[in-house]
Amino acid sequence: MAEVTASPHAGPARWLVVAVPYVWLLLFFVAPFLIILKISLSDTAIAMPPYTPVFEGFGAIGDFISQLDFENYAFLAEDPLYLRSYLSSLRIAAISTCLLLFIGYPIALAMARAPTSIRPTLVMMVILPFWTSFLIRVYAWIGILKPEGLLTLLLQAIGILGPTEQVQIFRTDTAVFIGIVYSYLPFMVLPLYAALEKMDATLLEAASDLGCPPWKAFWKITFPLSLPGVVAGAMICFIPITGEFVIPDLLGGAETLMIGKTLWTEFFGNRDWPLASAVAVLLLLVLVIPIMIFQNQQQKVR
Amino acid sequence: MKTHLLRLAATAVGVAIAATTAMAQERVVNVYNWSDYIDESILADFTKETGIKVVYDVFDANEIVETKLLAGGSGYDVVVPTAPFLARQIQAGVFQKLDKSKLPNLANMWPEISERLAKYDPGNEYAVNYMWGTTGLGYNIDKVKAALGDIPLDSWDVLFKPENAEKLKACGVNILDASDETFAIAMNYVGKDPDSKQAADLEAGGEVYKAIRPFVKTFNSSSYIDELANGDTCITMGWSGDILQAKTRAAEAGNGVKVEYVIPKEGTYMWFDNLAIPADAKNVEEAHAFINYLMKPDIIAKASNYVQYANGNLASQPLLDKEVLENPSVYPPAETVSKLFTISPYGPREQRVLNRVWTEIKTGS
Repeated sequence: MAEVTASPHAGPARWLVVAVPYVWLLLFFVAPFLIILKISLSDTAIAMPPYTPVFEGFGAIGDFISQLDFENYAFLAEDPLYLRSYLSSLRIAAISTCLLLFIGYPIALAMARAPTSIRPTLVMMVILPFWTSFLIRVYAWIGILKPEGLLTLLLQAIGILGPTEQVQIFRTDTAVFIGIVYSYLPFMVLPLYAALEKMDATLLEAASDLGCPPWKAFWKITFPLSLPGVVAGAMICFIPITGEFVIPDLLGGAETLMIGKTLWTEFFGNRDWPLASAVAVLLLLVLVIPIMIFQNQQQKVR
Repeated sequence: MKTHLLRLAATAVGVAIAATTAMAQERVVNVYNWSDYIDESILADFTKETGIKVVYDVFDANEIVETKLLAGGSGYDVVVPTAPFLARQIQAGVFQKLDKSKLPNLANMWPEISERLAKYDPGNEYAVNYMWGTTGLGYNIDKVKAALGDIPLDSWDVLFKPENAEKLKACGVNILDASDETFAIAMNYVGKDPDSKQAADLEAGGEVYKAIRPFVKTFNSSSYIDELANGDTCITMGWSGDILQAKTRAAEAGNGVKVEYVIPKEGTYMWFDNLAIPADAKNVEEAHAFINYLMKPDIIAKASNYVQYANGNLASQPLLDKEVLENPSVYPPAETVSKLFTISPYGPREQRVLNRVWTEIKTGS
């Protein structure tokens, strides 16, 4: 300690290291958020940009602030469309996260229990899909799921479907779930694997020596110890899935209602940037709550 | 609707490339046009003739263009918005007035089309028509006849009567995802003014779609071309040239799908896609050169022959393929034209009502 404080350069250098993430956050999160918040308090106009008032410097700041109002938020509360969109997004995110957990946990467990020598290879295989563009992978699912796609051909070839029957999955919620689970699986598997891999195998040996059957040992020891991984994986998946736009737009049908799509319509279709911004601000709040729960959880674990 | 992100990414890359090449003092024009909307050899020929490089980027919805233009700094020099959007964008100050001294080929234009376009662009000061067309019905003729029997297909009844739509459900029904047009057509169908902005009339138009909603498979404005051509969709509301392109693609694929386009007898929406120059365009000189080039009769005839849309250029007509000029779905006879209607742009609040009902219809609730 004495050495660190004695060095004349350590102080500023250390501050710089600490400052980098904060400056990053300020520049790429706080500043854009404030701009969005400001637009959400404005009114639409037929102009460039399509809202008013536009910030014209600090001289007129009094006028500027007096023109802002909360009517867009009031409108969000009035029209049930927005509530239904938020709820539908949360529902899709919750179901997807559960599916991801059911599929991801056995994979992570098998990886963690595999011989140490092949684990890096297994981790590599989980990460491998990232080497292809996300968009192309989602498009590939269109080729698989569409009525005359690969899945139909396969099922016809093995005789499950008749020659004139076709799978009707593309442009349904089922296709959205398939796309989401496929795309987010690595984000679920990796934190689970990290948590499970750290686990002390001797605990399970001890349980078995003391007569605990394996399934009970799993619920009493493995699962509780992996909880931080479960929470981390669930949050990393749940939050972006709630705001997901690309997958439901490409794979979902017309009746797939998600907040990302509603926001798109406000922004592009209605040209109502203020209302679109209000939807975005509210979406952020909906997502901040789970993050806070997550933080709390982490505190408790420590 | 399905490729916004791809397009955004492509645009970003396109504009970045444009910016860097411009620095190398090469003459460039950045063009933003609808997808599948030109014979690409025209672009190469333009570069050969003028030395101006064309950076060509495409979109599939007016909304995307409008948002980019309203945000400013889009980086494009020539864009191709559809008329009602054009009118609103002119009002918002998005475009610059054309320098007509640089557009000698304006003399080739079709006065009748320019006159109709003047409803949106008074005095034709900001835009030149590129193509125009109609929104009608596209059929997979065999499948539709198998489902409905031998009923006349020249009416919106085929799609809008629930008992018909129900029978067509199994072979695939698509509707354009373009709320202002779809409502204008439905309001006209139920005997209202297609240009009405009254909430009650919009609701009445909405009822038409609500009644057939259970039988509609997709609401789509671009991939329906392929879906009609490969047999996934058997009836669609669509743009004339798109459906004729589906017809060509099906014939080329030799898959036995026979596609037909019909302008329904009740009348339909007539639209105009127009060339305009954004106010903040960097290559104004080149933009004028490009627009002027597209008004050459032989060039625009080549484009029309390729995309099978009618253009607003009278001098090009003798140079058109017979199949295009004499096709009543492309160049409709005067009697049909008299039943075509245009609509004025929606105000912000009206647009909200419209899109709200449209979202309700699409999500089926």
